[in-house]
Amino acid sequence: MNLYVDIALSHLRSRRRQTIVSLLGVVLGVAFFLAVSALMRGSERDLIERLVDTAPHITVYDEFRAARPQPATMLYPDGAVAIRGVKPRAERRGIRQYKQKLATIDAIDGVQAAPVLVGQAIFSFAGRDEAVTLSGIVPARMRGVSRIEEDIVAGSIDAVDANPNGIIIGEALARKLSLSMGDTVNVVSPAGNVRTMKIVGLFRTGNASYDESQTFAQLTRVQALMNRPNVANMIIIRLRDAYPAREVAAYIEQATGYKSVSWQEASKDLLDALTVRNVIMYTVVGAILLVACFGIYNVISTVVLEKTRDIAILKSMGFHARDIRLIFTIEGALIGLGGSVLGCGLGSAMMQGIAQVTIKPPGSVDAITLPVYWGADQFALAVAFALLSAIVAAWLPARKGGRVQPVDILRGAA
Amino acid sequence: MSVLRAERITRILPGEVPVTLVADADVAIERGEFVVIRGPSGSGKSSLLYLLGLLDRPTSGRLLLDGEDTSGFDEDRLAETRLRKLGFVFQFHFLLNEFSARDNVMMPMRRLGALDAEAQSQRAMQLLRDLGLGGHEHKRPSQLSGGQRQRVAIARALANDPLVILADEPTGALDTRSGENVRSILRELATSQGRSIIAVSHDLHFASAADRQIEIVDGRIVPPAPAN
Repeated sequence: MNLYVDIALSHLRSRRRQTIVSLLGVVLGVAFFLAVSALMRGSERDLIERLVDTAPHITVYDEFRAARPQPATMLYPDGAVAIRGVKPRAERRGIRQYKQKLATIDAIDGVQAAPVLVGQAIFSFAGRDEAVTLSGIVPARMRGVSRIEEDIVAGSIDAVDANPNGIIIGEALARKLSLSMGDTVNVVSPAGNVRTMKIVGLFRTGNASYDESQTFAQLTRVQALMNRPNVANMIIIRLRDAYPAREVAAYIEQATGYKSVSWQEASKDLLDALTVRNVIMYTVVGAILLVACFGIYNVISTVVLEKTRDIAILKSMGFHARDIRLIFTIEGALIGLGGSVLGCGLGSAMMQGIAQVTIKPPGSVDAITLPVYWGADQFALAVAFALLSAIVAAWLPARKGGRVQPVDILRGAA
Repeated sequence: MSVLRAERITRILPGEVPVTLVADADVAIERGEFVVIRGPSGSGKSSLLYLLGLLDRPTSGRLLLDGEDTSGFDEDRLAETRLRKLGFVFQFHFLLNEFSARDNVMMPMRRLGALDAEAQSQRAMQLLRDLGLGGHEHKRPSQLSGGQRQRVAIARALANDPLVILADEPTGALDTRSGENVRSILRELATSQGRSIIAVSHDLHFASAADRQIEIVDGRIVPPAPAN
């Protein structure tokens, strides 16, 4: 065994009880670090996964990010031009020539897009009126960009193509209005058109408000109902890899001129809150580990004090000050390493336990298990933090040990 | 050429009232010479030994070891020189209690790293056997008598085959028999192995084994009386 490790181990063995207490501190610190981090990051990833899975990765709206520049401003870009009281030109809502825009988007690698016309409608059934959101979709395209097909519990998404008067509604809405598959319902649009439609599909996402208010029908049927033929007011996009959505959205916005919002932009507040939550979480669990490392400082300081005579002997033999520093730093590192290994084991057991817990949050239909993140990066982070803290905690008394002058101790002993 | 030569070395402890530990000491130690530094308590014997052993730095004067002036050496160079060329034996054996006799002897060899582990172990065992400690190699210091511990300390001092062995009251904490044993070992090391030995002692019997005695009083070396 390496000489320095050998001496370091002999010192730790000589303070067995204190060493075990320090080791336990690190074990608990690392275990709680892992358990808290796994739960926090698990819930974060679960949330982001739900965001990425349920919401479109990019949504192209029928609006512009900035008002169109006025001709005078364009003519004199560097001039001091101020135009007041401009009344914007009244434009027909909807994405102009959406089919060409769709073709432009389709040309991007790894992208699937679907046009949607979204509007409000009233369900009228058995003397009850219920406001709903009606989305006109193209099932063949919708399949590639939405999870709606996976959430269908009765019928199919293609049924709206097979029956142009077909409509797919949420199971919760069906239960609320006592509707079932094959029933017909009157749908009234804001334009005043009324159409009798047949329930051809039921879906359940688990999100109660969504399941009670969202409905789907064929795009052309909704266009007719809303008096907006050949119009889509939204293009929803799914990417093969969701994470470059911000860059792809910027490209689409530049190419189409319409406001394109990535899922990151749409959920910016939430993602910012998650970042703040992570900072708080790592500060707290880091503090636990730091406190644990005070134990290491304590044990190494005691060993340095107790072993002053041994330090003097080693230095008289020819050991350098840096050798002495290294020995005591190794002692801290050994406690940090041992604590990290055992802490990873205990932390994993705690994570297993947490993963077994099931809860039913308010607003959710199904019970869920607590999401636990098992990524190797958090284990590496916990071990690295514990080791670094342990080494720093040991380094301070180790420096003191390195400064011991053998002659001072030998004079005292004599 | 002297193995160790101190030229007018002085050591003054700084402070509000500076204390002179050693003043203008001239010492020359030849190869294979056994020298004992004698003097009353507080006369500066150990301080002179620590200066000669590079454990302390003189305030003035210079010290040459194996022909090399050590005045400009930094702490690391001094440590390296102690490791390669000097061996120490103290009054209270100063062994590392957590290690066996063999491991204690191996310690300087392991730090130097000149031999492989097997050769280090064999040399340590041989040194212990040579000093009459065969069969005690794996015992810890707490399992050995005072005399045995001091012999382990001598073996450790010999581990890296040093030019000079410095011993500070090596028999001070031993009974008469053990003290006699240590005295004859040191004498033998000088005579048969040609090692230079510098020992501090106020024991006249111990000093009588030396080739030469240096007397020190109040930090100053007393000149030897002229021969009749």
